[in-house]
Amino acid sequence: MPYDQNLSMDQLVQSDRVHKACYADDDIFEQELENIFYKSWIYMGHESQVPNPGDYWTTWIGKQRMILSRGDDGQVHVLYNRCPHRGALLCNAQHGNAGKAFRCPYHAWQFHMDGSVRQIPMKQGYDGTADVLQDAEFAMKKAERYDTYRGFVFASLSEDGPDLLTWLGQGAKAAFDDICNRSPEGEVEVVPNCFRIIQKSNWKIFLENQLDALHPSITHHSTGDAAAEMQKVYKERTGEDAPMGYQMLADFTLPFEKWDSISTYGYEYGHTVLGGYMGLRPRDPVTLDHEAGLAEAYGAERMEEILSTNVHHVLVYPCLSVQPPLQQLRAVRPLAADKTMTEIWHFRLKGAPEGIYERSLAYYYHVNSPSTMVNADDLQNFYSCHEGLRQAGGGDWVSFHRNAGQDITEGGVTTSVTGMSEQPMRNMFAAWKKYMSGGN
Amino acid sequence: MAGGNGTDTQRAVEQFLYRQSEILDGRRWDDWLMLFTEDGKYWMPAHEEQETGEGLPNIFYEDNYLMDMRIRRIEHPYAHSQKPKNQMSHVVSNVIIEEEDDNSVIARSKFVVVEYRNDDQRYFAGKYCHHLIKADDGFRIKLQRVDIVNAEGPFEYVLQFWL
Ligand code: FES
Ligand SMILES: [Fe+2]
Repeated sequence: MPYDQNLSMDQLVQSDRVHKACYADDDIFEQELENIFYKSWIYMGHESQVPNPGDYWTTWIGKQRMILSRGDDGQVHVLYNRCPHRGALLCNAQHGNAGKAFRCPYHAWQFHMDGSVRQIPMKQGYDGTADVLQDAEFAMKKAERYDTYRGFVFASLSEDGPDLLTWLGQGAKAAFDDICNRSPEGEVEVVPNCFRIIQKSNWKIFLENQLDALHPSITHHSTGDAAAEMQKVYKERTGEDAPMGYQMLADFTLPFEKWDSISTYGYEYGHTVLGGYMGLRPRDPVTLDHEAGLAEAYGAERMEEILSTNVHHVLVYPCLSVQPPLQQLRAVRPLAADKTMTEIWHFRLKGAPEGIYERSLAYYYHVNSPSTMVNADDLQNFYSCHEGLRQAGGGDWVSFHRNAGQDITEGGVTTSVTGMSEQPMRNMFAAWKKYMSGGN
Repeated sequence: MAGGNGTDTQRAVEQFLYRQSEILDGRRWDDWLMLFTEDGKYWMPAHEEQETGEGLPNIFYEDNYLMDMRIRRIEHPYAHSQKPKNQMSHVVSNVIIEEEDDNSVIARSKFVVVEYRNDDQRYFAGKYCHHLIKADDGFRIKLQRVDIVNAEGPFEYVLQFWL
């Protein structure tokens, strides 16, 4: 987009406003891929997506196609989806089992699940040319680094930078601890397949919205009202309370005072947390059963500690939005400045009652499925924001002035004075600026 | 148009399916809800091999209450993703009567839908399987299964209501 190219990073990203080019400019998007997506750690998937040797799942880091695979030795690997011979994609399907080897559909070079060469047909043709069996140039390339935290696999295309645990830090690690600790076995299991939704907007608009406690009562007004009305109808007709899914939707129209009482926390590298607001601990038999299972596994005190953790979203910047108490996450795949794909996954808590899974499934259906009555309105906003920002005229700035100058930073954690503060957006842009200036 | 045998059933079911698509294209919500039995369900599985909608992720899995909620949202003055409204046009064809007894009919068919919204046109295609109950005034849907060809693909925007 046309904008003043002489603007410095400090001018583009200010403490309370950001230039629209940061969202809509194609060159800036390319720089984001280089400086953020190809430098930081990006979520690849969960180990349980590839339970057996030969299993694979394909995904993206920026515009780069990647493969998550499980080797014969049980190890999980992250590989570039590209044949070293003439470049064909080795996996065209989204997921599957490759058996003993990735076999290139073009000339049948074969590779083990860790990318090493297994077989090259008629290799005498290479006599005296190159050592195709030994030379690393002829193996599938592994991601520069990959690592796992509690079953969640991340990869980085940069050889250096902080290791995964340092990068996650206490703020982002809590997402995975919270979701896993809720299982009496300390583990979760994915329920395939993910839903994939394309957003016609910049990836940052999505992340900002995840922590925007001001928007639900307005954006989701229609759904909140409809759900509250149906709770009444349901009760009248059946004499029973409507299933929990209705309350999840009715919650969207909580009064502003309630949203203002939620806490937000900003961490290093842009990770950001929005506190919880949903009453996910009713005294129903399912919850009590779950509590008993956790108490048996960890003791009553620890159970209390685990279940009183109440976060709504943990944003692992720039690639992931996790909702631990609802056992779901959305991975962000930026495809262009104005096009973003989200892969939306949900999980089963191993060893927890089926009713807890059903609760997660209800949220997955109502909020995250392709028939969502919630994201229907979010996606419309995302599109319309991007459409507004990509225009040359009409103003240059995106405002993050709400409660600006009032953020409190202590011990590397920034908190806000109110839940509806735009502190999370400011926190993410502080990290953005650092990445884009070659830092982080 | 009570369901009879042979060609009578074929014709009655076809007429029913045509009317259903007209009701949907016309956004005649009261008529839409009337198409279903009290315990009727509209189900769009997340993939074709799925044998049940219970306890599994689905694209749609809605009883009367959920459909009613969806209608209330769509018609709410603040449903901004309905401004502008989406326009749909359904074509239903290839109707095959799979089973029939005194009380019910199972019919398979194919559909193509064009949706227009926000200056954009989208296409959906797939197959229906209707479990119909015979009533005095025609049929009621006990279960409508809808398999779209792109069930596992990325969705450009969402489905605001049923196809
Ligand atoms: S491109 Fe893969 S074997 Fe030739
Ligand atoms: Fe929202």
